[in-house]
Amino acid sequence: MTAAPAEDLRALEVLAVEGLDAYFGAARVVRDLSFTVQSGQVTAISGPAGCGKSSLLRCLNRMHETVPGARVEGEVRFQGKDIYASNVSAIGVRRHIGMVFQLPTPFTTMSIRDNVAAGLKILPRSERPSRRETDDVVERALRRAALWDEVQDRLGANATALSGGQQQRLCVARALATSPTVLLLDEPTASLDPISTQRIEELVYELRSEVTIIIVTHNMQQAARISDRTAFMLGGELVEYAPTNLLFTRPRDSRTDAYVTGRFG
Amino acid sequence: MTASSLTAQRRAAWRSYRDQLAASTARTLRRRKLVSRIMIALTFVAALIAILPLLLILWHLLREGASSVGWNFFTHMPKPAGESGGGMANAIVGTGIVVAIASAIGLPIGIFAGLYLAEQRTARLATAVRFLSDVLNGLPSIVLGIFAWGLLVRPFKHFSALAGGMALAAMMIPLVTRATEEMIRLVPVSMREAALALGYTKWRTSLSIVLRTALPGIVTGVLLAVARIAGETAPLIFTALGNPYWSVSLNQPISALPTQIYNYATAPYDDWHAQAWAGALVLLGIVLVISVAARFATRSRAGLGGD
Repeated sequence: MTAAPAEDLRALEVLAVEGLDAYFGAARVVRDLSFTVQSGQVTAISGPAGCGKSSLLRCLNRMHETVPGARVEGEVRFQGKDIYASNVSAIGVRRHIGMVFQLPTPFTTMSIRDNVAAGLKILPRSERPSRRETDDVVERALRRAALWDEVQDRLGANATALSGGQQQRLCVARALATSPTVLLLDEPTASLDPISTQRIEELVYELRSEVTIIIVTHNMQQAARISDRTAFMLGGELVEYAPTNLLFTRPRDSRTDAYVTGRFG
Repeated sequence: MTASSLTAQRRAAWRSYRDQLAASTARTLRRRKLVSRIMIALTFVAALIAILPLLLILWHLLREGASSVGWNFFTHMPKPAGESGGGMANAIVGTGIVVAIASAIGLPIGIFAGLYLAEQRTARLATAVRFLSDVLNGLPSIVLGIFAWGLLVRPFKHFSALAGGMALAAMMIPLVTRATEEMIRLVPVSMREAALALGYTKWRTSLSIVLRTALPGIVTGVLLAVARIAGETAPLIFTALGNPYWSVSLNQPISALPTQIYNYATAPYDDWHAQAWAGALVLLGIVLVISVAARFATRSRAGLGGD
């Protein structure tokens, strides 16, 4: 087998992080971090609580800066363009890089349908789908999020009528509706029971062919189950970043080894 | 002394100690139960006394005013002194107009100010505005009334419905501002973040997600503010003045229930006194209905229902 030409490799690179620092006030929570994310893969970011993994994730769609006193230094190139360049708007970045949070965050005043369509309503007029098209998009998003069968006969019901696990899949559907290139998942199963967790994991597995997924999890087993590559973080630094099977079977760093074998964390 | 008698002695001592302890424990328990009952009774009486004024007012108003409240009271104009009967149609409509003016001015300003305070929580201006609106909330209404007179009546040399509405708006704004702020603060940050992550702009997140979610609570706050200003008298005496005739002109003195009650109650005619009681009953009824509606608004549309 011959090595792929360098150009093709770069085309596969959806995100390239270079020299990234993230701060809350004076506290530096992400330290000089560099790595790349390949298109069509599931990348897991793992590590113990407080290691900066969520902050790192929130730097990738410019959500970090929404917290008062927070700031970011360094480069995050999305499809070759730095999302922190002065001529790039955070709004546009977030439309292409979707996000699902730890706790389900359905809009409680909206129906199931309107929740999924929430991201479409704010598109510029020229890109905004008509009512009928919106219905199609909603159905497709709900199918991709494996929720359609459970809600198809009550799309007009309030989103709060759903269970926690269903609400989380609704949030996935809402993020998918605008067809993002990358989907960021911030510990999406931390508040869910084992069955709901399994459904979300299956979902991640199925979605990998359509959208690049970056998932933050403190659960190493979860990272092992669903990801192609895993990044292990500690104290705001990237300790090791490798294909998941390698990271778990032959970690190069002793700290990674200690964590994956359960000696700490 | 033998070992067995020593044991017997010890046993006897233990028994007597045990019995004493049991007796004193029973006494303590009895005493605690008694104290508990007395305290519960005291708090119950205090709670009764707390609502007693309302019950007495209601009873008194019903006894004095109910006989004069009929269909005519709502549809007829006041009769001249000396004639019995008639109604307060002008005052009821006047109250509606003045409150509507106050709401038209006070609601948008109050709600947007509340949104500002909640969203710019730590800005220095927000801290100042929050403090000052609390001060304005506690301002005696007579002070506000005389100020409104100096600002809105004296320069134009005549009383007017508009001036009355503006004076009430000044009372309403801090109430609505603080209620709105409190309700918006109850909206979880996670919901705001979810909207931002979808590509919502900041102002769109505030208006169509945060404000929408807080709306039921804000409606309650608004209704309570309306109920509160509907009964205000002092600011109206200085601004809207009152008017014995039918007038819906915003530029003319206008009658309102509180001013009408005040004028009638201080007049020397028995018929007018009866009408004043009836007016007070109607005003109380209006305020009660709005307050009940406010509670209903909170319960029925639970925007913050969680799961």
